[in-house]
Amino acid sequence: MSDTAALHPSVDRAEMRPGHFTAGWRIVARKELADHLLSARFAVLIAVLGVAAAAAVFSASGGIRDVAPAAQGIPALFLKLFTVTTDPVPFPFVTFIGFLAPLLGIMFGFDAVNGERAQGTLPRLVAQPIHRDEVIIGKFVAGLTVIGLMLAALTLFVSGIGIYRLGIVPTAAEVSRLAVWLVLAIIYVGLWLALATAASVFFVRAASSALVSVGTWLVLALFGNFLFRALAGLFASADNQIANLTAQVAVSRISPITLFTEASSLLLDPTQRATGLVLSTQVDRALVSNLSLGQSLLVVSPQMIGLLAMTAVVFAAAFVAFMRQEVRA
Amino acid sequence: MATIVTRELTKRYGETVAVDGLDLELRRGEVFGLLGPNGAGKTTTILMMLGLTEPTSGTVEVLGFDPARNALDVKRHVGYMPDAVGFYETLTGRENLRYTARLNRMPSPEGQIDGLLGTVGLGAAADDPVGTYSRGMRQRLGLADALLKSPDILILDEPTTAIDPEGVSEMLTLIRSSADAGMTVLLSSHLLHQVQEVCDRVAIFVRGRVAAEGSPSELAESNPGPEVVEVGLDSDADLFDHLDGVPFVEDIASGRAPRTWRVTVAPGTTSDLMAVLVASRARVISLTRLDHDLDAVYRRHFRREGAHV
Repeated sequence: MSDTAALHPSVDRAEMRPGHFTAGWRIVARKELADHLLSARFAVLIAVLGVAAAAAVFSASGGIRDVAPAAQGIPALFLKLFTVTTDPVPFPFVTFIGFLAPLLGIMFGFDAVNGERAQGTLPRLVAQPIHRDEVIIGKFVAGLTVIGLMLAALTLFVSGIGIYRLGIVPTAAEVSRLAVWLVLAIIYVGLWLALATAASVFFVRAASSALVSVGTWLVLALFGNFLFRALAGLFASADNQIANLTAQVAVSRISPITLFTEASSLLLDPTQRATGLVLSTQVDRALVSNLSLGQSLLVVSPQMIGLLAMTAVVFAAAFVAFMRQEVRA
Repeated sequence: MATIVTRELTKRYGETVAVDGLDLELRRGEVFGLLGPNGAGKTTTILMMLGLTEPTSGTVEVLGFDPARNALDVKRHVGYMPDAVGFYETLTGRENLRYTARLNRMPSPEGQIDGLLGTVGLGAAADDPVGTYSRGMRQRLGLADALLKSPDILILDEPTTAIDPEGVSEMLTLIRSSADAGMTVLLSSHLLHQVQEVCDRVAIFVRGRVAAEGSPSELAESNPGPEVVEVGLDSDADLFDHLDGVPFVEDIASGRAPRTWRVTVAPGTTSDLMAVLVASRARVISLTRLDHDLDAVYRRHFRREGAHV
């Protein structure tokens, strides 16, 4: 373990002024990151996600190989690795990230603050010369870093298997689409990290905060569709199918899972130009052509900004609550 | 030189007044004992000194800084060991101290960490995970943790609670030597008899207010109260028969050992008690004054305060 000694070989106590030394949140983040990387939950998560990703990509590449001889000029073939699936794997990679990745965020956040309380380390930590907000910021940054590392590793893993199985290399455009998608996925998982961190501030026991976060995730992931259908019925009667479906799509965008799924399909499929309800009359005689990345980004920006805003709001709630909380439980 | 000064310091939680108009002045190089029962407001007072909770009214100054505004300046110079101190269970004692050193931006802390671990007697366990430590070991690690930043002020909240008697006297010796090296030590405890010997001054803190303040011996002298005498008899005779109707005897109870009695008499009447016993031909074989330490002062204040409930 090296430390700041190398950077400040001759700093004298009297010379120490804010700004001259490492920011407190960096010190907290570094320690938290080391904890995460050495934790059992990290090993378990990477194993589970790795197996699921491998299954998804083998299934997708199998499907692509089956149709490849017959098909000509499929646009952005490489990205299909992430978005198509065949039996017996039920989900393509993107869908399974949308469904499972929240677990990543929850696992690295649910005991962020109440864990310190339970161990009795919080009073000691906040009595050190760092600002109180640096504790929660450092923890959030460490969580995001681990999540980013894991998602990037998974994406590269899937790409690698794909290149090996299909023998095609991604184009520059595909690589940049994947990169943007990775940022999207990190924001999405960051939202769940923020939610779990907020729960760890509000609930004294780690079990409670884990339960609340996982509960939110399961309700949205499993029962979201029923809920949104019922809600949509309040705004538009089921008799008017188009109005009702439009309302369903609008309501379902409350859920970050919807936003992520929509944004993912827009980013990873350049032929997609809209989400939600598209009538056949609207696409009648439209030519199948690829959108440029810039155009896709324009289409996807509402979803991306929506996710970013949700993440910011939830983290702000955690932040404010933590700042106002008494050090003693 | 005053290092911690509080003026009219008050903290309310809703209707409850945790600290009520506290005036304290701590000097460099002294051990100051903040003594009182659980729930007296000791921890709240400490948290206000560290800027970890804001006073409802009144002021605190620590080394000339206002902890509510310049929390970092205060925390840079104050070592704090909280009540029921905790550490990261999966990290070793040494790693836990390293984290504290890093948070204090200590450039090369390894030598100091080694030295402190040795001083508190954890040299052998330094590289074991804290999860394997006993509560006493955690408390000693807590002291090392608080001393690590070479603080000007050392604040210890209930430092002797979970330690065995031998550990307590070691802990107190360490505290004393820290003060002798020029630190101001603020010690909070509800175990008065354990810490009184190490304190230069104490404040007896009850229900958010200081009931008495001064050096332990001053306090004992300036608060004349009932005197407690343990009387040993050489037979099974009942002491009540000898002391029945004596006006200055306030209470008689059986003592710890067989054939001993605990007699509470009005201030300054122990010698009168002896005269009465001799005159009544009680077969006294021993007579011991029990109330010479602060315990009695302390108990008296609790009883007096309790009467207002």
